[in-house]
Amino acid sequence: MQIQLNGESRNIPDHSSAQNLVELLELTGKRLAMEVNREIVPRTTYAQHSLHEGDHIEIVHAIGGG
Amino acid sequence: MSENTNLRDDGFVIAGSTFHSRLLVGSGKYKDLDETRQATEASGAEIITVAIRRTNIGQNPGEPNLLDVVPPGRYTILPNTAGCYTAEDAVRTCRLARELLDGHKLVKLEVLGDEKTLYPDVTATLEAAETLVKDGFDVMVYTSDDPILAKRLEDTGCCAVMPLAAPIGSGLGIQNKYNLLTIIENASVPVLVDAGVGTASDAAIAMELGCDGVLMNTAIAGAQNPVLMASAMKKAIEAGREAFLAGRIPRKRYASASSPLDGTFF
Repeated sequence: MQIQLNGESRNIPDHSSAQNLVELLELTGKRLAMEVNREIVPRTTYAQHSLHEGDHIEIVHAIGGG
Repeated sequence: MSENTNLRDDGFVIAGSTFHSRLLVGSGKYKDLDETRQATEASGAEIITVAIRRTNIGQNPGEPNLLDVVPPGRYTILPNTAGCYTAEDAVRTCRLARELLDGHKLVKLEVLGDEKTLYPDVTATLEAAETLVKDGFDVMVYTSDDPILAKRLEDTGCCAVMPLAAPIGSGLGIQNKYNLLTIIENASVPVLVDAGVGTASDAAIAMELGCDGVLMNTAIAGAQNPVLMASAMKKAIEAGREAFLAGRIPRKRYASASSPLDGTFF
């Protein structure tokens, strides 16, 4: 299925969870935050959060800033 | 401070936590994370601002993370809303930051109005501040040096008001010390100068006015030797604070001799 990830289209396996996506992106264990369709997905719920065709996903982290 | 100082600087309180360094630093614009770490350490700062941005997908999976060099266990991380031009984007950024930092509530709110000046959009800032305070955030708010607006933001429930000294990254120094004085006099929450400081004397002037602290990034990270400038800023903040507590002499138009006139033999 196709999703929008950080502003770009991407194909991921059907019925993926947020947890599966994090694993697919090799981001497991990284300090990040995820939003799906502008709603925060708490990291404790990644495994239960199913992703759907057309979801808009943002994965963010902390970088240098003032 | 020396032991014979009557008035000790016991720090200042933001949202229930006491801090002893009155210098707050940003973590942007350094050439690499090692320089970030060294300058942050040299500054003695306890509160460090960070920005929230998209993770680079598929690039350098092993790349070091900012929070490895400024670990949240050692520093108070202050996520900012830099780059936000609407209240909605600022609120969204703060909610992501809270998730990122395990429920951390302290944020630096800035809603910008214009790319050239990076001046705050004050109506959008007020709107975002109201939403964030209702949502349980502790909001340190970047604002213009308008005393009325500073008071409005305090009334909204912001835990610190942070007027600019001059435009972000400009290094122009304190441009309106009388407005800052008025803001400080009116405030019952900490007032920190945020943005516009260029060098150590600017930071000292801010502290001599009675500010509770100064937040800066470019003045340190953009210096030719950022680590040395971080050290200079630390000293300037301490010197300015002590001068404020000590109470400066009044300005006089004419001279007042330091040596006694009695006992002259000529």
